[in-house]
Amino acid sequence: MEWETVIGLEIHAQLNTVSKIFSGAPTAYGAEPNRQACPVDLGMPGVLPVLNQGAVERAVMLGLAINAEITPRSVFARKNYFYPDLPKGYQISQFELPIVGLGHLDIELEDGTTKRIGVTRAHLEEDAGKSLHEGFEAMTGIDLNRAGTPLIEIVSEPELRSAKEAVAYMKKLHSLVRYLDICDGNMQEGSFRCDANVSIRPKGQTEFGTRAELKNLNSFRFVERAINFEVERQIDVIESGGTVVQETRLYDPDRDETRSMRSKEEANDYRYFPDPDLLPLVVDSAFIETVREKLPELPDAKRARFVEQYGLSDYDAGVLTATREMGDFYEAVAAGCDAPKLAANWVMGEFSAALNRSEVELGEAPVNADGLAGLIARIQDETISGKIAKEVFEAMWNGEGDADAVIEAKGLKQITDTGAIDAIIDEVMANNPQQLEQYRGGKDKLFGFFVGQVMKATQGKANPAQVNERLKAKLDG
Amino acid sequence: MAQETLSGWVRKLQAREISSRELTQLYLDRIERLDPELNSFITVTAEQALAQADAADARLAQGEQAPLLGVPIAQKDIFCTEGVRTSCGSRMLDPFVSPYNATVVERMNAAGAVMLGKTNMDEFAMGSSNETSFYGPVRNPWDTGRVPGGSSGGSAAAVGARLVPGATGTDTGGSIRQPAAFCGITGLKPTYGRVSRYGMIAFASSLDQGGPMAATAEDCGRMLNAMAGFDERDSTSVERPAEDFTAGLNQDLKGLRIGLPTEFFGEAGLDERVRGVIDAAIEVLKGRGAEVREVGLPNSHLSVPAYYVVAPAECSSNLARFDGVRYGYRCENPEDLMDLYTRSRGEGFGDEVKRRIMVGTYVLSAGYYDAYYLKAQKVRRIIADDFRRAFADVDVLLAPTTPELPFALGAKADPVSMYLSDIYTIAANLAGLPAMSLPAGEIDGLPVGLQLIGNYFDEARLLGVAHQYQQETDWHTRVPAAFA
Repeated sequence: MEWETVIGLEIHAQLNTVSKIFSGAPTAYGAEPNRQACPVDLGMPGVLPVLNQGAVERAVMLGLAINAEITPRSVFARKNYFYPDLPKGYQISQFELPIVGLGHLDIELEDGTTKRIGVTRAHLEEDAGKSLHEGFEAMTGIDLNRAGTPLIEIVSEPELRSAKEAVAYMKKLHSLVRYLDICDGNMQEGSFRCDANVSIRPKGQTEFGTRAELKNLNSFRFVERAINFEVERQIDVIESGGTVVQETRLYDPDRDETRSMRSKEEANDYRYFPDPDLLPLVVDSAFIETVREKLPELPDAKRARFVEQYGLSDYDAGVLTATREMGDFYEAVAAGCDAPKLAANWVMGEFSAALNRSEVELGEAPVNADGLAGLIARIQDETISGKIAKEVFEAMWNGEGDADAVIEAKGLKQITDTGAIDAIIDEVMANNPQQLEQYRGGKDKLFGFFVGQVMKATQGKANPAQVNERLKAKLDG
Repeated sequence: MAQETLSGWVRKLQAREISSRELTQLYLDRIERLDPELNSFITVTAEQALAQADAADARLAQGEQAPLLGVPIAQKDIFCTEGVRTSCGSRMLDPFVSPYNATVVERMNAAGAVMLGKTNMDEFAMGSSNETSFYGPVRNPWDTGRVPGGSSGGSAAAVGARLVPGATGTDTGGSIRQPAAFCGITGLKPTYGRVSRYGMIAFASSLDQGGPMAATAEDCGRMLNAMAGFDERDSTSVERPAEDFTAGLNQDLKGLRIGLPTEFFGEAGLDERVRGVIDAAIEVLKGRGAEVREVGLPNSHLSVPAYYVVAPAECSSNLARFDGVRYGYRCENPEDLMDLYTRSRGEGFGDEVKRRIMVGTYVLSAGYYDAYYLKAQKVRRIIADDFRRAFADVDVLLAPTTPELPFALGAKADPVSMYLSDIYTIAANLAGLPAMSLPAGEIDGLPVGLQLIGNYFDEARLLGVAHQYQQETDWHTRVPAAFA
């Protein structure tokens, strides 16, 4: 039988507010345990939550960016369950009336087509603390620094049909939240996390199969592997005559498998009800408009503009707009060198390779946009060749100065003086009489040999086009 | 000496006729001597009180006039007090010393009040007799075989016996008014949102409201001036211009329209003698120019059932934080997490609290939510609508505070009969309206309370009506003989 995979993703993005969603405690990551938790975060008796407007702004930003309805009057609800790192015994979340309603996100499939994925809703909620299981001798430590960090949970429609689509959707959303600068996107630190609801059904069937919810998918790679594993598992279960049970499964990246955590029967009844400590959240159109004015250019719009304005291919424009930082960097380079296509090649090529090799973030790269633009300008004005430029770039990356300084120090300035090139050609011809005779006897292939000799003699600095032209003239003359 | 009212002490302190230290010592002595009979205090903070008194004396010497400067008061043990045990009447919080002050405590400190200690209460404010306290029942100063009412029974008994001139209370379904009535004092539950709930340990968040308890309406107005006000730490607190709640005290009653809700007089269970006291009080008010007419609150019979859905639902969630993990009571040698939870909560909470947590958990459960919680919220709206219609025709509503006299300790073993003790007070909480109780008579040596319910934010008018009544009567000046 042919099976169809049905996937819906629930993505939790930590909003990058300075303070927590319902208290004034800071949200910075990595402090000593329980040093960033005030009485409100600790769930002390008598404390009350007060909503952080910054979190609301960020949620509205996301809503606008995915063309969603912003709920004029949304409601915070309590999700009740006991867990040691959940200080109040309930999580403040949104249930029936989330701040962001139905929206959508377009993803690009491998065949180059675009698919529109519905976003069911996005709601604000508070993060829980962390349970620490190591170093407490049969006890568990509780760190409540993270408790109360604002989250937005973004729920997709079950419209993703493969692990690859799921990853494409997740990457798109990851890029979007970083464009909007509402989330740092750091997956290692848990700022951007994903749960996947996965089911299968015979191709052509309209009703959904029973789904499993996969947890602990904290990288794009894990999302893909976990879903693929789970799909295979469900097919095996059904094809061997069993039935898939609704349950929560944990992905184990070490074994590359999913394991049952709890079944539907064991699931909590969260007893949601509107939080009486918080008034309904009213977002009026004036507020929405002020947020709209703060919206940056979004990835799809930027990509289209890059094609239009810089004459880039759609693919290149896509790569260069994958993150807001990369797009900004590219535009700064292009503006500084007036050679947009060359700039695109350099940013995507040498520069990106160097970033990967050195494992540094764009903002920390030893060569900045001005530096790279300066280098490209020297290619453009023929001071150096593209080949020499790679050597110059290497030196710049190693902190040996800007392009001009490196060219000067290493004497890499391209030789464009026809007289000088002619003199070298004469010398090469004089030193290789045998090859000259063979060439003139009809062995055309030896032209490359002469080019190589000239370039060698000039340590690659001779202008290649000129070398070709002059060499041709002299050999044939 | 101890007969003097809170307002009287304010004047004497300002006139430097007595120092705050002398006054504080006077009441501390009374507490030490008389409270063993009442058990109205859980914690007495004598040393801290004297230090506060000295600080107040220094400020008085500078000519400062903060509204409660140097006046001794007590805080119900539901308000968090930094560095002082805040038990909420529960074993669960017996070991809990709050790391912060409730807004009410902060504001009263700023107003110069001297806190003598923390008063006894029903556990987590759940009860109408003060018998559910982990620290033992409070006794009614008028008859120590009887209950003082609850849940603010400690505050009511302490003020009734003049162990302190004023105390804070909280009122979720009548917890200020019913004990005020039982102990012969004046108590006001303000409009929901008037007094910050920050640091007031939550029972039922949408109903809880802190308020003053003292001998007179004037005292309550002075205290409310210090307690009330917008607090950015409480999202449900209301932002309004500052108001002087004593400003309307001398407003005469000519033309005042008083409504008598027929449902609060016709109910079976209203003690005829209580009815007689209320009728006499109505005559006094008429004599001062008030007009009286009957009004209908046709849905008031739904108040108690709706309340016993909403309040337990919210409490079941509010009390989830008491889990033995971070603070408060923890069972000995827990075997695992589930054992830690079940035994800490099983041993830390008393029966009435557990009963309400279970009811609340049930009514919020999947499949029952709509039938109970959602329906109860709809009932709240129609009850509020009843009041809205009534206040179109009248200025204040008048009714008994409770249907009967203070009952004997242990008399109401059946929880439902206990719940019915609040039959006249609960509606105001469901609607969020201000309401107060003031002493209006005595039967067999026991006080009877008169209830006034006002429109939203009409506390000043309520206090004015009560004050005018107290100009004509002396019930509010009476102190039980054993404590005179």
